[in-house]
Amino acid sequence: MKILWLQASGCGGCTQSLLGAESRRGVLARLAGGGVELVFHPALAEASGDEALALLAAAADGTLAFDALCVEGALLRGPNGSGRFHVLAGSGVPMIDWVRRLAARARHVLAIGSCTAYGGIAASGDNLLEACGLQFDGAEPGGLLGADFRAGSGLPVVNVAGCPIHADWVVDTLLALAAGAFAAGDLDALQRPRFYSEQLVHHGCPKNEFYEFKASAQKPSDLGCLMENLGCKGTQAHADCNVRPWYGVGSCLRGGFSCIACTEPGFEEPGHPFMATPKVAGIPIGLPLDMPKAWFVALAALSKSATPKRVRESATRDHPLPLPSTKKGPRP
Amino acid sequence: MSRLVIGPFNRVEGDLEVALDVADGRVRGAEVSASLYRGFENLLVGRDPLDALVLVPRICGICSVSQSAAAAAALAAAAGLVMPANGRLAQNLIHCCENLADHLTHFYCFFMPDFARDGYAGAPWHAGVAERFRAQRGSALADWLPARTDFLRVLGYLAGKWPHTLALQPGGTTRAITPTEKVRLAEVLREFRDFLETTLFADALEAFAALDSPAALAAWAEARDGDLARFVRVALALGLERVGRAGDRFLSFGAYAAAGGPLLPRGVWQDGAALALDPAAIVEDVSHAWLEDGAALPPAAGETRPLADPDAKPAAYSWCKAPRYAGRAVETGALARQLLAGQPLAASLVAAHGGSVLARVVARMSEVARLLPQMEQWLREIAPGEPFCAEWTAPQDAHGVGLVEAARGALGHWLTIERGRIAGYQIVAPTTWNFSPRDAAGQPGALEQALVGLPVGAGERNPPIVQHVVRSFDPCMVCTVH
Repeated sequence: MKILWLQASGCGGCTQSLLGAESRRGVLARLAGGGVELVFHPALAEASGDEALALLAAAADGTLAFDALCVEGALLRGPNGSGRFHVLAGSGVPMIDWVRRLAARARHVLAIGSCTAYGGIAASGDNLLEACGLQFDGAEPGGLLGADFRAGSGLPVVNVAGCPIHADWVVDTLLALAAGAFAAGDLDALQRPRFYSEQLVHHGCPKNEFYEFKASAQKPSDLGCLMENLGCKGTQAHADCNVRPWYGVGSCLRGGFSCIACTEPGFEEPGHPFMATPKVAGIPIGLPLDMPKAWFVALAALSKSATPKRVRESATRDHPLPLPSTKKGPRP
Repeated sequence: MSRLVIGPFNRVEGDLEVALDVADGRVRGAEVSASLYRGFENLLVGRDPLDALVLVPRICGICSVSQSAAAAAALAAAAGLVMPANGRLAQNLIHCCENLADHLTHFYCFFMPDFARDGYAGAPWHAGVAERFRAQRGSALADWLPARTDFLRVLGYLAGKWPHTLALQPGGTTRAITPTEKVRLAEVLREFRDFLETTLFADALEAFAALDSPAALAAWAEARDGDLARFVRVALALGLERVGRAGDRFLSFGAYAAAGGPLLPRGVWQDGAALALDPAAIVEDVSHAWLEDGAALPPAAGETRPLADPDAKPAAYSWCKAPRYAGRAVETGALARQLLAGQPLAASLVAAHGGSVLARVVARMSEVARLLPQMEQWLREIAPGEPFCAEWTAPQDAHGVGLVEAARGALGHWLTIERGRIAGYQIVAPTTWNFSPRDAAGQPGALEQALVGLPVGAGERNPPIVQHVVRSFDPCMVCTVH
């Protein structure tokens, strides 16, 4: 499967994250092993300048065959619909025009990262950039290519959302597409691959014991659950980051900071400070997606009253109190 | 005079176009253009001050920790906050890991593939270099990419994830490591030292760091088979020690907090001497940017107002502003840091031929050789059980400045908080300095200066020498147009 990769208005972070995929000989060898070849990628291509433009022009007019178009970064339609905020260097042509032409030739189109899927950070505030995603504008279908767009394969845009993506979300999607093992039914309602989006960030959270007892952190570096005070959306965000660690060891929660729901459309405008939890009558507004609110409130009250001292006190420290000593063994 | 427009410049971070005026086989003038506008400074206004920690890393996926460090430093300055020793050590480790990974990603993925191109096929060194460094398929990537992933475990343990970690806070870091994790991190650093000493340097880090003259460097490169020695031999064969000189005026904001000031000092280097830095001497000029006209302003008072119709300003040719120090264009990056730190090899390379392609790459690698032992030392100094983060409250009304060093040079954030909200936020990134357009006085930026005089053959559309000079600065255009 030949891939043409473009970088629109993003930070390049999804590419940097992708390069960090765990692999004995590197991610490029891993992709090649699955039959995935990058015919063009701005950060990795040998071609530069006029050679690169010739290659893209040939792909756009159909004389250079390719299979999948991957786009990283938001699509900028501003100012005033002109696309001038992002012109593909050397071509004099706005990036959005290149993307429209190339998408029309592709068998698969992938949005790499939340910027490309939904607009992302670029679309925040009053969005002077007129930024949008490939097939969404926030959570609304549409975007640059329109809600009705279908790639040559019949699939809509595959939204590998995340800010940035976890490397394996992209690798697994590309390898599945190359193997012909990916169908429309493998996408969720926001067109994300279900293999990672049908879990919650909360699953596998290392702070689970603190969550169970509603033992909450009060400030950065505290060990406690970050949901009650520090804006954590792990119980509401779709992704498997806590069961698929970064570089084999980390995740946002393992790093001691809150989930900001970066795989969700509109994460950039939560309507409150990122690191604060909005509450009504002391109860967080955003509660777990997968349980009734009344049960959550009742269970939280009950579990708070049963919190072990070790858990309650560790929640507001950065190193845990030790476990009680074992009952067996020699006494000191 | 003919005009040559080169773009897209691949294997740089972001969008870059270079226009060259060529006469009699030489570049007579250059215009460097960033063809993307992103607007982060404006979207920060009105947000909660702490939101900056979420937003600014997303300026850049290749130096997101540097952006984060600058924001955290600006917030800490605004609050008058001092972080505990563990927080400082952990921030240094996190930041240094990103900077070193960045130097080597640039070397292996972005810079070296140009020497593998078919245009060099006649050179005696080409076959081996092409096999090793070809874009995407060169054998070096099978060594570098796994080593990079393993090294990034430093960020996994200390910062949760990369890019776009939230672990760096004004008071320190969010993740206090355990004694076991400290042992694991030491193992990560040992494995990375092994990669560097086996594959990149083919020598002990300390031995490379001790080189002190161009002659010593050349002799060192002749005697071994590592990837850096291969580059040095090729660079000397192509004369890259005398190519790519800008104004030889260098600036660094100082890097890696230590008890008595930054480990790598802050300052300006000109006429062969180090001078104290005066941040008040920095202004940004917009005369040749697609931004509404106005006087050159210090960043604390700066504005960023993109033109709705860029064609209405004929003099403009970039979305990048032109920062100037005491009225002059400056160069920033690893070479600036090494010069200001008094490193003899950097100083002697610059004394011989000025800033050059060779000097910039060697300065980066000197930094790798010197800083990995420093990371080992910082890790030893971390005391598990002691605090990693100071408590703080964001002030309601304050100014703060965060001056740090990204891999590619000086990065500054200027923050104003009014009534508990961000009222002003201006960013000057390293590539904004290096790749700036002309200012109101017509003074070109550092790369624009470095391109003048390069040879361009008749009919040559994409001269490799231009590619080497541009990439020797390790440009990051997405930061430039934040």
